[in-house]
Amino acid sequence: MTTNYKMLDDEVVEQIISEGIALLLDPGIRIQNQEGLQLLAEAGAQVNFETEVAKISEDLVRQSLETVPKTFHLYPVSGDDPMVQYGGDAIHFDPGSAGIMLLDDLEGNQRYPVTADYVKWVKLVEVLPQLDAQSTSMVSSDVTEEIGDLYRLYLSLNYMNKPIVTGAFRKDTWWTMKELLVAARGSEEALREKPLAIFDVCPSPPLTWSDLTCQNLIDCARAGIPSEMVSMPLAGATAPVTIAASIVQHTAESLSGIVLSQIVNPGAPIVWGGSPSAFDMRKGTTPMGAAETWLIDAGYVQVGKTLGMPTHVYMGMSDAKIVDVQCGFESMGGAMAAVMIGANMVSGAGMMDFENCLSFEKLILDTEIIDLARRFRRGIELRDDPIGENLIREMGHHADYLSSKHTRKWYRKELSLPTELIDRGSWDAWKEGGSTTATQRAHRKIQSLLDQYQPNALSKEQHDALREIALDAAVQFGMDSLPALED
Amino acid sequence: MSQETLSEITQSIVLGESEDTVRLTDELLAANVEPMTIIREGLMPGMNIVGDKFATGEYFLPDLIIAADCMKAAMQLLEPELVKREQAFQSAGIVVLGTVKGDIHEIGKSLVGTLLSANGFKVHDLGVDVKTDEFIEKVKETGAELVGLSALLTTTMVKQREVIQSLQEAGIRDKVKVMVGGAPVTKSWAEDIGADGFAEDAMGAVKIARLLMS
Repeated sequence: MTTNYKMLDDEVVEQIISEGIALLLDPGIRIQNQEGLQLLAEAGAQVNFETEVAKISEDLVRQSLETVPKTFHLYPVSGDDPMVQYGGDAIHFDPGSAGIMLLDDLEGNQRYPVTADYVKWVKLVEVLPQLDAQSTSMVSSDVTEEIGDLYRLYLSLNYMNKPIVTGAFRKDTWWTMKELLVAARGSEEALREKPLAIFDVCPSPPLTWSDLTCQNLIDCARAGIPSEMVSMPLAGATAPVTIAASIVQHTAESLSGIVLSQIVNPGAPIVWGGSPSAFDMRKGTTPMGAAETWLIDAGYVQVGKTLGMPTHVYMGMSDAKIVDVQCGFESMGGAMAAVMIGANMVSGAGMMDFENCLSFEKLILDTEIIDLARRFRRGIELRDDPIGENLIREMGHHADYLSSKHTRKWYRKELSLPTELIDRGSWDAWKEGGSTTATQRAHRKIQSLLDQYQPNALSKEQHDALREIALDAAVQFGMDSLPALED
Repeated sequence: MSQETLSEITQSIVLGESEDTVRLTDELLAANVEPMTIIREGLMPGMNIVGDKFATGEYFLPDLIIAADCMKAAMQLLEPELVKREQAFQSAGIVVLGTVKGDIHEIGKSLVGTLLSANGFKVHDLGVDVKTDEFIEKVKETGAELVGLSALLTTTMVKQREVIQSLQEAGIRDKVKVMVGGAPVTKSWAEDIGADGFAEDAMGAVKIARLLMS
């Protein structure tokens, strides 16, 4: 394992942290949630309930950093060994979250996803070994918006075994989502002991926690459900245009989230994550494929690691509208940066058109990117000592390494091979195979991957319980039934 | 006992343990097992399993070559015994193989040679940088039925055409099939120069060789 690539000198990181801490005292953090303000006041922060601003002292920040866990795990539905480690050297990948569109064809047409698309996605993520977690990837358009968040989790729990990165769109639906998780895990205790899901909670730049996300953060902390802060400074729009200063803003927002979670429940698991972006000064958009976006990611991950925090990034995505060259190189660039900085969870596989659209083909192609990036990160391993002198002398001027025992001993460990998605054959073979693009090959692979899917370990009673919980919520918001589910 | 040892030989090829292949072949010969039985029931099944595993993606090039080396090592013990019995392992075909003049690339050509041998062909490997005349002479000398011409450079692939023309001039073009290969060589080039066969890779070359000999 190579060491994490550092973009910033240690002294600069320390300065960023101290500037972030200073900002929590002046001007303070805006908390648009009464309970959050109350909790901070009780913990000793100076709170102005009218302006909704809390001024947090360095002591309170340091105290919170003492109790926050450095490492925790997510467990699969089966309850077996953990599949995700937040903290330490672990690097995991999961798909992008909450896409509102689905790429409908290879020509770049998009449509709103429905239940069947969502289920197909969950199954694909389940069978792709490069992905260690599910995410509540897309918003299904065939149910009412009010249950959009919990319906995603409901669908996932029916089909997934891998743990899931999720999030709530409302304060009240968080409770339904928790109920779903408890039903799948068996009890609140068991869920606390073996977390199955992590909730994204997003501060609003600059320096603000909205009513919703603050409440979600508090509720997660209280229930011992992990949360993942997704601070998203938009450099040049909602945050300073200078990359380093955007990282300062990210630091301040994230530290305030740690304080909130730790005063609710010392030891509550929480992740130093984000989805920052450079601002495109011509189009006014938020490019995920910009080098500056990756630099902010790299900087804040280094800050998080310096503080001993588990880390998360949204990387490996693209702003392209079609699975093309731009889509490929932006995704690869982000994924490579992510593995080199050593983020524990890298979210974004399958996502394009900023963070709007998901593509089955891109998801499958991204797993090849993940393999390449992981292999690169694994680095150059020393297998023999001397490294090569004796071997090369022995072999002399003959190139029969292909038949040497040394090759047989090491080649599987040293050399990785892509799947048939990646063309490393001759031109003739490519021509004979139908002159396909990688995207076409990915498209053709979808069905064979789906065929590998195995149902999860939940009992019929548990599936029924999940449906009852989701249906209750649906009825509450004016629906009389939920879309039927396939096996 | 011998049945068990035969399947151990098969296994040694699958695992690429050439010392085991040699030791077990020795044991069987000492126990008076017929060399032909050792080939047909011990060695060939191993090569077939390795070939299958390569086709399904479980095995890779080193496994293939190492298995072929096992086969070759065993055949060195078996051939004198076959001669003693006035038997011959019926060869799938006699092949003259080499990398053309001006080109010193060896790996692809040797791979093809190794795999052809392992699949029952009698291979005369002329090595690299082989003059056109040498090919012609060797074909005449050995009565070869198949010529394999390797070229890795666009500047040397023209020599493949030259060898074919020389075979013609020597009046033996209709006695041999010619297959060509190498990185710049394509199917259309093969057709262009009047070769009989072309393959993408070493396994493909074995397939084509069999086809040309059938």
